[in-house]
Amino acid sequence: MAKIKYIEYSGKEHVAEVQNGLTVMEGAVQNDIPGIDADCGGSMSCATCHVYVKEDWYDKLPKKEMGEDDMLDQAYEPNSTSRLSCQISVSDELDGLEVHMPEKQV
Amino acid sequence: MIKTDVVIIGAGPTGLFCAHQLGIIGLKCEIVDNLDKIGGQCIELYPDKPIYDIPAVPECTGEELTNNLIEQIKPFKFNFHLNDRVQEVTSENENWIVKTTNGKEFHTPNVVIAGGVGSFEPRKFPTKSAEKFDGTSVLYSIKDKTIFKDKSVAIFGGGDSALDWAIELSNTSKVSLIHRRDEFRGAPASVQKIKELSEKNIINLFTKYSIKDVKGNGSLEEVEIKSEEGESKILKADYVLGFFGLIMRLGPIVEWGLNLDKKVIPVNTENFETNKKGIFAIGDICTYPGKLKLILSGFHEGALAARGCFKYARPNEKYRFEFTTASNTIKDRLGVK
Repeated sequence: MAKIKYIEYSGKEHVAEVQNGLTVMEGAVQNDIPGIDADCGGSMSCATCHVYVKEDWYDKLPKKEMGEDDMLDQAYEPNSTSRLSCQISVSDELDGLEVHMPEKQV
Repeated sequence: MIKTDVVIIGAGPTGLFCAHQLGIIGLKCEIVDNLDKIGGQCIELYPDKPIYDIPAVPECTGEELTNNLIEQIKPFKFNFHLNDRVQEVTSENENWIVKTTNGKEFHTPNVVIAGGVGSFEPRKFPTKSAEKFDGTSVLYSIKDKTIFKDKSVAIFGGGDSALDWAIELSNTSKVSLIHRRDEFRGAPASVQKIKELSEKNIINLFTKYSIKDVKGNGSLEEVEIKSEEGESKILKADYVLGFFGLIMRLGPIVEWGLNLDKKVIPVNTENFETNKKGIFAIGDICTYPGKLKLILSGFHEGALAARGCFKYARPNEKYRFEFTTASNTIKDRLGVK
């Protein structure tokens, strides 16, 4: 279980307790947190669950697997802390993670 | 005007299998899809990715699944209307009038929406100023490459479309290629070619840059690009091309008076009809308690929706359930003995 803070583009914050094994994307969707669309349902095929990871957290996350950067090319305004939230698996170590939503997903 | 029993919107696996089921029970259908090929997400997003959860098929790719489904409905000779999108669905005397972007018109008692997450559209530049030039000098696809001859062209993207066009247009135009990181996802041979052309100064390559602004009085004159550190550069450009892949949008479906739950359409689980009589929704686009976004669920939904269509297409006949193994009528429809 990890407490994850999702921050909308407007600055509005949501904190959700997300079970281990779920993804950061699923944590948002299951808690009705707006700003993450996840059109493809988590198959790394759409880039609509794009988030910016708070900088000091970015390096602590498991590295991107092949293909994630290719999808991020197609995300809205990606930068060096961009991740697809469907590719971040939640564990106890992620307690306190903060992710910022982009202005929009498409 | 085309009269038919059913119009299916979406030629993905769910739409294709629903067509099969319609053929089996003796109904006709017309299939419309916005993409230029059959297969939906399977063919557009993951043609080469293996799928492991199709019943009785231990492993197949999106492309193989699509080809098999096409093969399976061949006996029925249904028409596909590709590169076209259903724009309007209006009712008239127990029928639906379905109009497409390309001006086709269908009259049908049934519409089956098998539209996945919506239709695919090119992903556009985030820059507001790019909208002003959209379709004239800011383009997301190329119809006539001769317009670029002897012009300055700035191409954005890191996939095959961006690389292929950069290589092709560098023969006749001054090409700049801009990509947000220094790795490309295009074919290795194309990446190699781009590097060679860049070393020979035939292409101006800017990696770790993205678009900031486009400027011009009347016609486009220049494009400003920025690095992640905030450093910006101005490039002369008559045309700006963006190749960022496709996004899925629900599109005109939201205007047809259907109940919507976020981006999906609630249906009953008896025949997958929506709140509108004769409009059904199946596959990823429908929702109901327990919905799974699996291809196999889409197949089930399509089979039941097909029976739902029968009622309106043949109001004076009674639907009779038959097995393909035993029914001679079905075998005739399939053209087998």
